[in-house]
Amino acid sequence: MLVDLERPGGNPMTNTTTDRPDPSPLLSVRDLSIDFVTRRGSVRALDRVSFDMVPGEILGLVGESGAGKSLSGNAIIGLIDPPGRIAEGQISLDGRRIDTLAPRDMRKLRGRSIAAIFQDPLTSLDPLMRIGDQITETILTHLPVNRRQARQRALDLLRAVGIPAPELRIDHYPHQFSGGMRQRVVIALALCADPKLIIADEPTTALDVSIQAQIISLLKTMCREHQTAILLVTHDMGVIAEAADRVAVMYAGRLVEIGPVEEVLRAPKHVYTAGLIGSIPSLNRRRERLVQIDGAMPRPGSVPSGCPFAPRCPKRIDKCAERPELLPIGNSQAACWRAGEGHSYA
Amino acid sequence: MLLLVLKRLANAVVVLLFVALLAFTIFKFLGDPVQLMLNPQATQEERDALTQRLGLNDPVPVQFVKFVANAVQGDFGMSYRNQLPVMGVIAERFPATFELVMVSSIAALLIGLPLGVFAAINGGSFMVRVAHIISMIGVSVPAFVIGILLILAFSIELQVLPAFGRGEVVDLGFWTTGLLTSSGRYALIMPAISLALFQISFIMRLVTSEMLEVLRTDFIRFARARGLRARAIYFRHGLRNCLMPVVTITGMLIGDLIAFALVTEIVFQWPGMGFLFVQSVQYVDIPVMAAYLMIVCCIFILINLITDLIYVVVDPRMGATAIGGSNVR
Ligand SMILES: Nc1ncnc2c1ncn2[C@@H]1O[C@H](COP(=O)(O)OP(=O)(O)OP(=O)(O)O)[C@@H](O)[C@H]1O
Ligand code: SF4
Ligand SMILES: [Mg+2]
Repeated sequence: MLVDLERPGGNPMTNTTTDRPDPSPLLSVRDLSIDFVTRRGSVRALDRVSFDMVPGEILGLVGESGAGKSLSGNAIIGLIDPPGRIAEGQISLDGRRIDTLAPRDMRKLRGRSIAAIFQDPLTSLDPLMRIGDQITETILTHLPVNRRQARQRALDLLRAVGIPAPELRIDHYPHQFSGGMRQRVVIALALCADPKLIIADEPTTALDVSIQAQIISLLKTMCREHQTAILLVTHDMGVIAEAADRVAVMYAGRLVEIGPVEEVLRAPKHVYTAGLIGSIPSLNRRRERLVQIDGAMPRPGSVPSGCPFAPRCPKRIDKCAERPELLPIGNSQAACWRAGEGHSYA
Repeated sequence: MLLLVLKRLANAVVVLLFVALLAFTIFKFLGDPVQLMLNPQATQEERDALTQRLGLNDPVPVQFVKFVANAVQGDFGMSYRNQLPVMGVIAERFPATFELVMVSSIAALLIGLPLGVFAAINGGSFMVRVAHIISMIGVSVPAFVIGILLILAFSIELQVLPAFGRGEVVDLGFWTTGLLTSSGRYALIMPAISLALFQISFIMRLVTSEMLEVLRTDFIRFARARGLRARAIYFRHGLRNCLMPVVTITGMLIGDLIAFALVTEIVFQWPGMGFLFVQSVQYVDIPVMAAYLMIVCCIFILINLITDLIYVVVDPRMGATAIGGSNVR
């Protein structure tokens, strides 16, 4: 018997269009700032990041290495590595603040309401435990079922994520699975308690290119079937174009643009976004020329006080020495003084 | 699994033969047995007769083969000191050492493991720092110093525990145990503590460092992300994944103590194998020394084998490689 996990108050909206964020969002991140406090002082690694997610939506999160993507995801599941700590702002799930929860209450939320998938499926599973036991222990932690029911649910989950012969595989150890299969197991683990939100931090980066598309399409299917929202962290604009409903672009700890995928890719409002898209061959075919953004992203602690992208921006103006706020423009929001102008970067 | 055992046994036989050669060499070239066994007034005829009887006129390789053949049957000859079969002398002493070492090792595991986990989880707290300092003392102060201090405190000052000996023992035929009488148990307390203190400290420090390593891994992070309870994360996933080195080290500690607990045994006049070994060195009792060498070697091999088997039981990856099977893909 599969336990019915109807969510009271769940929003059954489908998300095939480019709807603006729902007035009662599933997840709401407001002005989230994270500092790393060391003996030599504190540096701001995440700076007033705000975004919402509605039930069942896939929000892509892109940006260069070190932009703060993982940090944002970790903050949402309450697993920021020390010495990082939330300096200001708030995170709410279904209208309830979760960044201030006591550790034990946050623990109950993790895996139950918010699940996570990490980059490397080879190291995400305990090598000494049968995958079935890892799945049932997660189910038993969160759901009021007995052992037999948990095992049945584990079988159903394995079947749902496309593991062949789950009755046999359930008693195998992680080392007996290939990378792609292991990531399917990890996805099954994330789905154990039918969470409302999954933080998927580069779920395909460690996999063979041939398998990446399968895993992304599996995530997409699962998300649609269960009305699960996914925060999909990735370096890969191609993955975003393929899977996400909306995309958020981060740069040096700030959110610089967020909007419907189709709109952001077609008409980026932030100069950095334009550069990011311009550097992707597959999306750039019609743009004739490949653009490299010169220079490097500033490290936390040395981010300019105005627009963080200013030192590398070819369209910089005097005003850019002031910090641009994230403001609505079209169906998107962007933090750029010249957002209204349209950038082709070519 | 079976293949693993067979492979290990084959290795063990080679090692044992090598050690046998060493023991035989000692036996053969260290001191003249005829000289040592007969009194100085013995006639040349008596000497020749004994030399013949001991097979000392045979070619050396033949003597070695005989030595090995006898050893396999547990016959290591006669002790020079008291003219008793060596095997019997050692077998009589073995239980004392074994009981002492096992009691102290089990206590060390029961105390050291949880302490190590606790220290890894609560790193930096006051209690952990205190435990760390105590463990530092535990690994650096020699067991005999602790033994002497214990005797001073509990035998001489407080007079609650016996300073030496094994107390009354019960003879079970094949084994004499001190665990069944209260005087035997009392006598065991101080020697066990003085051995265990080092082991507790050592195991605690090992577990702490291994745990800190494991707690940094991705699967622990993922276990947290799955919302598992702290107990499951630390024990089911954390501790289990650092058991390998703990098993290895504990095995080595136990082997080491069975073979070389001699200082503690002397301090407490504990009638164990170490004590016997020291006595046999004093008397140049070559057969006992040779047999002791062989037996200690066997014990180490046995412990290694047990350790390997525990590996296979604990770690599924070991089983797969050990039996040469390929992974199911
Ligand atoms: N535990 C930590 N201590 C100090 N600094 C940290 C810590 N974790 C992250 N940072 C810093 O915070 C910034 C954001 O890191 P984050 O891991 O979120 O980047 P990312 O966008 O996920 O990059 P990548 O694409 O490489 O995964 C980086 O500059 C990083 O150096
Ligand atoms: S705000 Fe100014 S510097 Fe920043 S991206 Fe826009 S134009 Fe460039
Ligand atoms: Mg990252």
